[in-house]
Amino acid sequence: MQTPAAFEYERATSVEGAIASLQRLGSEARVIAGGHSLLPMMKLRLANPEHLIDINDLTELSYIREEDAEIRIGALTRHVDLLKSELLFRHAPLFRDAENVIADPVVRNRGTIGGSLCQADAAEDLSAVCTAIKAKAVVRGADGERVVEMADFHVGPYMTAVGDGELLTEVRIPLRRKGGSAHEKVERRAGDWAIAAASAAVWLEGRTIVDAGIGLSAVGLTTIHLTRAEELLRGEAPSDELFAMAGEIASADCAPSADGRGPVDYKRHLAGVLTRRALLRATARALYQEV
Amino acid sequence: MDVSISINGEAVSRDVEPRQLLVHFIRETPGLTGTHWGCDTSNCGACVVQMDGEPVKSCTILAVMCEGHEIRTVESLEVDGQLDPIQMGFHETHALQCGFCTPGMLMTTRALLDENPNPTDDEIRTAISGAICRCTGYKNIVSAVRWAAEYEAAQSGAAATQEV
Repeated sequence: MQTPAAFEYERATSVEGAIASLQRLGSEARVIAGGHSLLPMMKLRLANPEHLIDINDLTELSYIREEDAEIRIGALTRHVDLLKSELLFRHAPLFRDAENVIADPVVRNRGTIGGSLCQADAAEDLSAVCTAIKAKAVVRGADGERVVEMADFHVGPYMTAVGDGELLTEVRIPLRRKGGSAHEKVERRAGDWAIAAASAAVWLEGRTIVDAGIGLSAVGLTTIHLTRAEELLRGEAPSDELFAMAGEIASADCAPSADGRGPVDYKRHLAGVLTRRALLRATARALYQEV
Repeated sequence: MDVSISINGEAVSRDVEPRQLLVHFIRETPGLTGTHWGCDTSNCGACVVQMDGEPVKSCTILAVMCEGHEIRTVESLEVDGQLDPIQMGFHETHALQCGFCTPGMLMTTRALLDENPNPTDDEIRTAISGAICRCTGYKNIVSAVRWAAEYEAAQSGAAATQEV
């Protein structure tokens, strides 16, 4: 039988209360939401928090809404709600691409966007999605809120910019004109972690790419932010050749390791192919509002 | 710590360690062993129960997290000797052999039909994609869900006719 080691449990009744508990308990405390990453890690003793702060009752952190030219997603919003949201699909269709292939529908009833991002597993899809779409994370502590760019959010394997005594409360996606996005993933079987996955977003003016975002999953120790390929795309007209070059950068700049899901050269190849495909689909969506 | 959970409509209370998983609480406290304990890693789906009407994997939820929530297990499907249509479907189409995955499959597909009374085969396969069956090859499980959907549609059609 796999059971976590003993810990103290506390059910938060307010965001402020959760933050106060996290402040008091410091690094020995972890937040639990869906628990579908944390509890398996606790069973395996890969995580051994002495205190769990359960935030599932903080329903004020569960929402997807448009506000101040942003889509704002509460940290407790579950995968199933991200999958079904028409608002999110209209402005950032890569979320639905990803949510269709994150775990399985029963797990998606529990897992949350905040938990996924804070888990900071390099193989996790939403970290690449949020990197590509240039999301921002709202982190709240006792002294108020700060907003962290997704590029600065992941600071290492399973490590984020959220400090002891802080809580990720919201994810913000800037609404920008003439954008398109897509997420492409290859997995061994339904619901599995990616062998590799690529998220891409492009923003156009006329026929010119004015900005692009690309994130890769499962091909490095952290989510890979493909800045060199983003620079290549800026100011260029979209074309198969251009996206093939971006794919080559993806193959070169990722850092996969060989495991049961495949050898390094295969994963590099896959990262390139998926980057090219995600860019093509993102651009098609930007140009023709294809969904 | 003391926890009180509504299981199949009855409040079940016990002093438990916070680390106790819901699947073990269900099996040990009210002794409802219909919910099976399988892979322990939220992959196999044998432990699926409904929490406030949604299927969830009870090996990956702490019992203490369920205080104030409604849990329904496979034992709630049959009422006074009358099988739920989803159970009838599994019986009619031979959708089980060893039966280990069946409680999870039943609770997952019961929730599917509650949300979507007429699912396509693809939708059924997606719904059970988080559940593993080593006997049937899934084909008869999909048939069972179709059987139940058609049975329920016929029943509600008959009820509507009677009302007229």
